[in-house]
Amino acid sequence: MRGVSFSLQAGRCLAIVGGSGSGKSVTSRAIVGLAGRRAHVHARQLTFAGTDLTTLNDRSWRRVRGKEIGFVLQDALVALDPLRQVGKEIGEALRLHGAVASSEELERRVVALLELVGVPEAEIKARQLPHQLSGGQRQRALIAAALALDPRILIADEPTTALDVTVQAQVLGLLEETKVRGKALLLISHDLAVVSRIADEVLVMHEGKVVERGSADQVFQDPQHPYTRQLLDAVPSARPRASRHSFLPAARPKLQSRSWEQLPSTFPSVVLSAAKLVKRFKGPDGVLRTAVDGVSFELRSGETLGVVGESGSGKSTMARMALALDLPDEGAVLFQGRAWTTLAERDRRARRRAISVIYQDPLSSFDPRWSVGHIISDSLASDVESKGERYDRVVQLLDLVGLSPALLDRRPLELSGGQRQRVAIARAIAPRPAVIVCDEPVSALDVLIQAQVLDLLTDLKAHLNISYIFISHDLGVVRQLSDRVMVMRQGCVVETGTRDEIFLNPRTDYTQRLLAAVPRLERGGAANRSFSRV
Amino acid sequence: MRINSAAHVRVGSFAGRFLSAATVVWLAATFTFLVQCLMPGDRAQIIINIASGNVGEAPPAELAAVNAKYGFDQPLVLQYAKYLWGVLHGDLGLSYQQHRPVIDIIAEQIGPTVILASTALIAAWVIAVLTTVLVAGRDNMWSTLLSGVQVFLATVPPYWLATILLVVFAVQLRIFPVIGGNSLIGLVLPTIALALELSGFLGQVVRSEFTRVLEQPFVMSARARGMGELGVRFRHVLRHAALPGITLSGWAIGKLLSGAILIEAVFARQGLGGVLVAATSSRDVPVVSGAILISAGLFAVTSMLVDLTYRIVDPRIKMT
Amino acid sequence: MSRVGDWSVSSQPGEASGAIRRAPLRVYVALIVISFFIVAAIAPSLLQTHGPLAIDLTAPLQAPSFAHWFGTDQSGRDLYSRIVEGAGQSLTIGLGATSLSICVALVFGVIAGLVGGALDNVLSRLLDVLFALPTLFLALLFVSLFGPSVLTLVIAVGVGTAPGYARMIRGQVLSVKGAPYVEAAKALGHPYLRILWRHIIPNAMSPLTAMMTLGVGQAIVWAAGVAFLGLGVAPPAPEWGALLNAGRNYVIFAWWLEIMPGVAVVSFALSLTVVGRYLQDRLEGKI
Repeated sequence: MRGVSFSLQAGRCLAIVGGSGSGKSVTSRAIVGLAGRRAHVHARQLTFAGTDLTTLNDRSWRRVRGKEIGFVLQDALVALDPLRQVGKEIGEALRLHGAVASSEELERRVVALLELVGVPEAEIKARQLPHQLSGGQRQRALIAAALALDPRILIADEPTTALDVTVQAQVLGLLEETKVRGKALLLISHDLAVVSRIADEVLVMHEGKVVERGSADQVFQDPQHPYTRQLLDAVPSARPRASRHSFLPAARPKLQSRSWEQLPSTFPSVVLSAAKLVKRFKGPDGVLRTAVDGVSFELRSGETLGVVGESGSGKSTMARMALALDLPDEGAVLFQGRAWTTLAERDRRARRRAISVIYQDPLSSFDPRWSVGHIISDSLASDVESKGERYDRVVQLLDLVGLSPALLDRRPLELSGGQRQRVAIARAIAPRPAVIVCDEPVSALDVLIQAQVLDLLTDLKAHLNISYIFISHDLGVVRQLSDRVMVMRQGCVVETGTRDEIFLNPRTDYTQRLLAAVPRLERGGAANRSFSRV
Repeated sequence: MRINSAAHVRVGSFAGRFLSAATVVWLAATFTFLVQCLMPGDRAQIIINIASGNVGEAPPAELAAVNAKYGFDQPLVLQYAKYLWGVLHGDLGLSYQQHRPVIDIIAEQIGPTVILASTALIAAWVIAVLTTVLVAGRDNMWSTLLSGVQVFLATVPPYWLATILLVVFAVQLRIFPVIGGNSLIGLVLPTIALALELSGFLGQVVRSEFTRVLEQPFVMSARARGMGELGVRFRHVLRHAALPGITLSGWAIGKLLSGAILIEAVFARQGLGGVLVAATSSRDVPVVSGAILISAGLFAVTSMLVDLTYRIVDPRIKMT
Repeated sequence: MSRVGDWSVSSQPGEASGAIRRAPLRVYVALIVISFFIVAAIAPSLLQTHGPLAIDLTAPLQAPSFAHWFGTDQSGRDLYSRIVEGAGQSLTIGLGATSLSICVALVFGVIAGLVGGALDNVLSRLLDVLFALPTLFLALLFVSLFGPSVLTLVIAVGVGTAPGYARMIRGQVLSVKGAPYVEAAKALGHPYLRILWRHIIPNAMSPLTAMMTLGVGQAIVWAAGVAFLGLGVAPPAPEWGALLNAGRNYVIFAWWLEIMPGVAVVSFALSLTVVGRYLQDRLEGKI
């Protein structure tokens, strides 16, 4: 990264946005002098309240860190020492900077801090280990640790990335509060919607350079740089996009050839149906936990059923039962009108190709020794006999997902994240399935790549007459892709309906809360928004 | 109420640990028993040969007498039951050569060996931790050098290293006694010789985990709170890096005992080594078997200790 | 554009030769050392300067010189030639023990890893016990049972080191068995045997080469340890451990008798370690 400059003011929030590898995190670390040994930081000017930070030695730096600048990293499960009590971690800054006289005072201050950030039962939580807290509590504790010495600047690096939407909203509220209390907030995020909620000023970074800067209003309403416009446009939403991100030409004659219309018209319109699925797992303590509790649904031909829910809602277990990779303890899945989960594995095998899967992490779903060509060829329908024919089909499939045949001999490790997910999609459509189960297929991808993959999935569905079960924690993504939506919570279905019913007219409290918590790309900027506490 | 139930779980856990330790000893006893039965050649004949010092066929009456004395004429199942019963009561059988209980022979000699192994384990930890904390993860020549030295130490036969140490420090420089007996000063060289090899293994494991943990976000958090380099290394990283080392220490007991035997031979130290070498060359199988059984017992005890230590260092592990 | 690929896994030799071109210097040095000892093992006379058993009572205990590179022993035998001669036996023991132990480990590990359940529990427990027993004690037990010979040493060291490999292979099989790509193959409707053969076994066994390379060095060190105690193959066979044992008595006035065989053991074992680790790092994708 090079040539980045900005200034932070008390009571204001500056956000740095950009995709992975854009240099936004390195920038934030450079400010506290922790960019790493291998990084060379040159700054013409780096001043903090009049002190020139570039001239500081290590000892003086340590006096600034924690005391003047608080730092919040993403994913508190790993950003708090997993072997130490939460209270010890929070108290560390106090102890290091000699802010407390006695251990009683330390304990009191720690509890007060936890209460300040809204952790319930602060005294108990202070004595627990990070993994015993919920995700939201952990993130709050991490913020408490950063706020311990009342620093003037708070840097938050992707503070909400690993959190469920409702918790994300709460943490954003907390950050907003600290801003209102007069801290200067530097927010690093890849998520424009999150940024739009609290930022006053925005810096867009791309490949180590600042491509756009301005007030939040300006950047969100009237983006100047093409990259910013692309980023804004890629945010999943219900509206049709101005531009398409898929490389797939809208109408390809090849696609309409008869070979793809594999569904005989005699099939009932319901492809896959589940009745009262129940699945229990034994926890590490030997207690049975019900992961899925009485879930029923129907998937019609050519339809996308979106499944949303927070972590632990049982949506992945439900997907695995649809694939008959886990078998339900009660209830059954019917596939193409016939028994599916109740079959013996031997009888199911021949029909397995008709239902494919796309995972969140494509890399681990590929045999590391196999080449791209080998992977896709392996999943081709068995009626493709000759080598030449198989080769042509694989090239055709690669073309379909927008990949060059030059990748045929590559190993999965040598591909980018987006390329890997495209290969996974090619593998999924190769056997001409009727249904594809997509389990968080875009969660690990940057927003631009995510938009491309989503467009690709949409196009393929239209051309190949595939039904999707589309699982995601991201409501925006689900809204963009789904025809019908199922909301899950704690193993049960809360609500099912068409996309518009769920998103425009949610009937249950839970869905309403879920929707309210989703950060929206507010094109107004922070100044126009009322300060809301969740 | 909560505390009570936790205490209950803890007791259950210790019972479980004890049971699994007992299983280890039981399986080891079965192994040594089978080995003794399956020994090639007639055992009575071997015992007579050992006693008389010549090879030849003993008269049947003599054989029968020996068979009766050692119980070889009984059915195998009964022999096995008797053997296990004996093991439970600390009776490991009679030495073929010395005609004394094996347990007495081993008990007389095992003290110095266990002391040597224990001091070496401690020394190996000190060496591994100090070098790791000072050097690991720093991007310089020292770090590369350390990893090279650790690979070297883990590969070099400790008995050879011991001989070199003996010649250099005892014979040439006369810093340490050539034959130290059981004195404290005589323990120094053997301990170092034995510890260096283990510190190589231990150091590699601890260092690679240390380097990995140094890159973890919580370390960055600690630094961002204003913690200095040494604080980060000692207070946060070392604790994590010690965990795989602790696990390894349990398994290292076998290695340490093996090494101790060899080191004892080099320094002509008292200990199990002399007994074992004599027993092996005279084919006194019960003594060798007894030593194996004792070391299995030592392993069982150490792995309980290791387990306990691990739980103290890593409070995430619940007593289950 | 040329037609790319039939979809087989690209052949290992091609991969390896590509690797060696980019390998660091220490790997080359290690390979040279290993080749030297392999030649010594197969055709010792090519490398020897004297007869390994040729007694020369006029030149006992001579320090290393041009005539005798590593000096001579108490009977005036050339130490360098004896070390070269001993390579054969040491390598045989090392390779034999490692092969034996990997065979045992494969059976144990694969069964424990694949079958799972109660059988896995029993086998793992058994492996724990065997692993707990000191390798040297086990070796001594075998020597006391069968008397000292090359075969005894091979069995003793092989059995002693097998549990370590078995645990490793079991862990490997378990981790591959649970890998998402195995599940993906199942979701494609491939039969279990095909998945086993095409995914699980090749991936679980891939660290084996590196493991063997590391193991041979260790096996030689263990076998030399037994010989060092005077319980190895009977003299005058110049096995390395026996040379070390013989050198012990002269170490004060003829250091080379102890140092040089040790250098042979260390340089060979270290070279194998260097190569083994290099292979391991490559497999784990660290290079």
